Amino acid sequence: MLENLLVQGLSGLASASSLFLVASGLTVIFGVTRIVNFAHGSLYMLGAYLAWTLVTGLPRGHLGFWGGVLGAALIVGVVGVLIEVLLLRRIYKAPELFQLLATFGVVLIVQDVALLVWGPQDLLGPRAPGLRGATEVFSVRFPLYELFLISVGPVVLVLLWLLFHRTRWGTLVRAATADREMVGALGVNQRMLFTTVFFLGAFLAGLGGALQLPRESVNLQMDLAVIAEAFVVVVIGGLGSLPGAFLAALLLGQMQAFGILIFPKITLVLAFLVMAVVLVVRPHGLLGKAPSTQHAAGPVEPLLRPSPREVRLLGWGLLALAVAVPPFLGDYALIVLTEIAVMMLFAASLHFIMGPGGMASFGHAAYFGLGAYGAALLVKHFAAPMELGLLAAPFAAGLAGVVFGWFCVRLSGVYAAMLTLAFAQIAWSAAFQWTELTGGDNGVLGVWPSGWASDKLTFYYLALALCTGATLLLRRAIFSPFGYALRAGRDSPLRAEAIGMDGFRIRWFAFVLAAVAAGIAGGVFAYAKGSVFPTYMAIPRSVDALLMVLLGGVQTVSGPIVGALAYTWLHEQLMRLFELWRLFLGGVILALVLFFPQGLAGAIGRRGGRE
Amino acid sequence: MSFRFTRRSALAATAGVAGSLAAPALHAQEGPIRVGEINSYATQAAFLLPYRNAWTMAQDEINAAGGINGRRLETIFRDDAGRPEDAVRHAGELVNNERVHLLAGTFLSHIGLAVADFANQNRRLFVASEPLTDAIVWARGNRFTFRLRASTYMQGAMLVEEAAKLPARRWAIVAPNFEYGQSATRWFKELLTRARPDVQFVAEQFPALGRIDAGATVQAIASANPEAIFNVTFGPDLTNFVRQGSTRGLFERRRVVSLLTGEPEYLDPLGDEAPENWIVTGYPWQDLNTPGHARFREAYRARFRDHPRLGSIVAYDTVTAIAAMLRRAGSTDTERMIEAMRGLRFPTAFGEQDIEFRAIDHQSTSGAYVGRTALRNGRGVMVDWRYADGRNYLPADEVVRQLRPQGA
Repeated sequence: MLENLLVQGLSGLASASSLFLVASGLTVIFGVTRIVNFAHGSLYMLGAYLAWTLVTGLPRGHLGFWGGVLGAALIVGVVGVLIEVLLLRRIYKAPELFQLLATFGVVLIVQDVALLVWGPQDLLGPRAPGLRGATEVFSVRFPLYELFLISVGPVVLVLLWLLFHRTRWGTLVRAATADREMVGALGVNQRMLFTTVFFLGAFLAGLGGALQLPRESVNLQMDLAVIAEAFVVVVIGGLGSLPGAFLAALLLGQMQAFGILIFPKITLVLAFLVMAVVLVVRPHGLLGKAPSTQHAAGPVEPLLRPSPREVRLLGWGLLALAVAVPPFLGDYALIVLTEIAVMMLFAASLHFIMGPGGMASFGHAAYFGLGAYGAALLVKHFAAPMELGLLAAPFAAGLAGVVFGWFCVRLSGVYAAMLTLAFAQIAWSAAFQWTELTGGDNGVLGVWPSGWASDKLTFYYLALALCTGATLLLRRAIFSPFGYALRAGRDSPLRAEAIGMDGFRIRWFAFVLAAVAAGIAGGVFAYAKGSVFPTYMAIPRSVDALLMVLLGGVQTVSGPIVGALAYTWLHEQLMRLFELWRLFLGGVILALVLFFPQGLAGAIGRRGGRE
Repeated sequence: MSFRFTRRSALAATAGVAGSLAAPALHAQEGPIRVGEINSYATQAAFLLPYRNAWTMAQDEINAAGGINGRRLETIFRDDAGRPEDAVRHAGELVNNERVHLLAGTFLSHIGLAVADFANQNRRLFVASEPLTDAIVWARGNRFTFRLRASTYMQGAMLVEEAAKLPARRWAIVAPNFEYGQSATRWFKELLTRARPDVQFVAEQFPALGRIDAGATVQAIASANPEAIFNVTFGPDLTNFVRQGSTRGLFERRRVVSLLTGEPEYLDPLGDEAPENWIVTGYPWQDLNTPGHARFREAYRARFRDHPRLGSIVAYDTVTAIAAMLRRAGSTDTERMIEAMRGLRFPTAFGEQDIEFRAIDHQSTSGAYVGRTALRNGRGVMVDWRYADGRNYLPADEVVRQLRPQGA
């Protein structure tokens, strides 16, 4: 029995090593460049695919295998450099998190390119020469390759430590991690530093992927399967901290290995549970430090002003169109317009805490989904009419906002965003696994509008009224004293506290308000679709919301509206017209990112200002 | 969108002038019969590319033979990106804009259910090709939805028949952590316990779909020391599970009974590491030489220079069924089509006995092959297989009536 437990621990160590390799690259990149590199999973996947091609192409034997693995990692490193030079370098000045949008474009492109190059079938790489078999550990058979992996983690950690502490380049990287502006002020060539750091990070991701070759199949889902967990490791460890990432990977690996012995069904949510607990106890991760100096880490956010008269007229004109034209459109146009209205409110609600509130959320879909479930569960269990369901939606979401928000708004930056993600994943897995209540992943069906609103046009007007109304109220709140207080807390927390504003309570209230608004959107969405599924609060929907806000421009009030319009429309069009829609969508996103680094609305606003 | 709207709304307006709701159908009498097909092409490419190949092949064959009562068959494909909400939007677009006469497709169970509910609400025929969930014809069945593929229950029942013959009494189960895995587990336990009251289940593992921690999972099962294992994982999870399991000796002196593992989609990627002597359901495309299947296989090979996968069979049979139904109905009126679907008999690309869409629950009697896995020339194949006809693995009619909502 004891032997089994020890071997279970060893299995956990092997997984921890694999996790650490991916996470180390991510944490190095984030530490220096502050980029949330969503494409890190794609680099990992590319590493695995390239290694497969090289290893199966090269002659068999040690040289062929290890040469192939190393070669794949190097190529991925070069791909990382290309991404940095061609794309990210051009948008470092953009608002925080904007680069996330660009890396998401890369994710989409890599997915379709990998499909085109390597085909849809999973690929099985050869085993490592010399490490094919197994050995007896505590009289239980244990694969040699896993033993090898267990040793790779610490070796890479030591090598990185030497690199960062024994070379000039490493010293500069550490300095940049601690205080980027100061390093720049001292005349260090930041460009070179960023490019090389990106090479290292991408190389590590590629190596992580390539080393999975003897262990796992190479497939098109690898990128998204690994990215969330890699982020979790980085955040638990403390952003930018390599030893932290190592510790976090160990912790997660062991929790996974032993967790499934006690609760076999916990696999969906375990990593996020651990992250939530760690972040609540230690707001900067295990070994992360609070930023030592509070520079204004970029240009100061421009002051939000009520839109000029022309823009406001334009807005009202659009609204008039949205009211007047639909009776002459077909049913499908109404379906799409309803969806756009919902997404507009959803994006606006995220923007409310992201823009004026200054807190990004990676898990905003939770409130959207809880709104939808609030309505759907009333229908399912009490056969409630639509009116009641729509009323329940904001309450369900708001309640979650009160609870989750209380924890999240204490944190800042990416930590806060990742804690929202953790709560969203916990809510998601509850919807997914509490089958008796929610119907599990098969969802709740039959959530259709009441008789009077079942006509597509009527329902569209209902959706438009609710969503536009709530969006306008959110705008109103931004320019109310409350909104000013919120922005004061974002721009200068110390001064705001000094004049007696309770930053925590203000942010908390803003969080709840955003959750309520997202809940309304979710409720309307549920009745528009007729069914509710856990996917409504899954990561892709949170990402959608982020994309819409970023695309529109965080620093403008109209951004989310423009972003939701553009993104929903693009998505719908490309998906329908092209088989390779991800390639096109990714390409369009990259183009938009490069041409409109302030977001669409930001660009429009600036042009208006100049003329 | 606006570009299309103007054109579509013009079309819709014409139809409006023509009169009632039935107008599009009458209007299009001369034109092709249009099928709206929704599937997760981007996220499930391994299954769905061969599927789509066979779909176009079947459709071209039908059209080359003169179509259906002189009308061509046309399909409009849509990718749902693995999200039910997108699938429902596509369904709306296909019905309202593209004026399709019926909906078909879907791979993932929850997406199948979402489209089925849409079909029910909008009174359209939906032929679900692949989703395996039992709910789509039973607990949440509706009169507009038919499902082709042998369900989780049916394939589970086929394997239980074999599992009950094994001497093993201590069983372990590994299944992906979502509805398919859960219900396969539930049926397997229930049916096996009924057949063999002496069995006990000593371990259950539910790895997250696509993210199995294979080493830990294998170790957890091994430490419970079962005599046999029931596996429900597939795709990358299966590959990783098999690799860790065979290196750690999990499968030695243990029988493994495994759902879907004999399908080329999941057996091919394993290459020469395919496990031997597992009892599986699947599709032995190399050795299945019924005249019907030999013709299908050669036609597929000639056209796509690749061998068919199970997805190809599913697509081919779905198109065959739709064509047979349309011939029988002689109309594209939804009620007439539903009447034609109920009890419809049509040939399968397996070349076995004709399949029937049962009137009682709208489930087809499509079967699966049950056999053992083996290695031949460095590839996994199925040996000692037999065709398990779906009609023999469904519950008694009284039970089905209880499972399905009244009036569906």
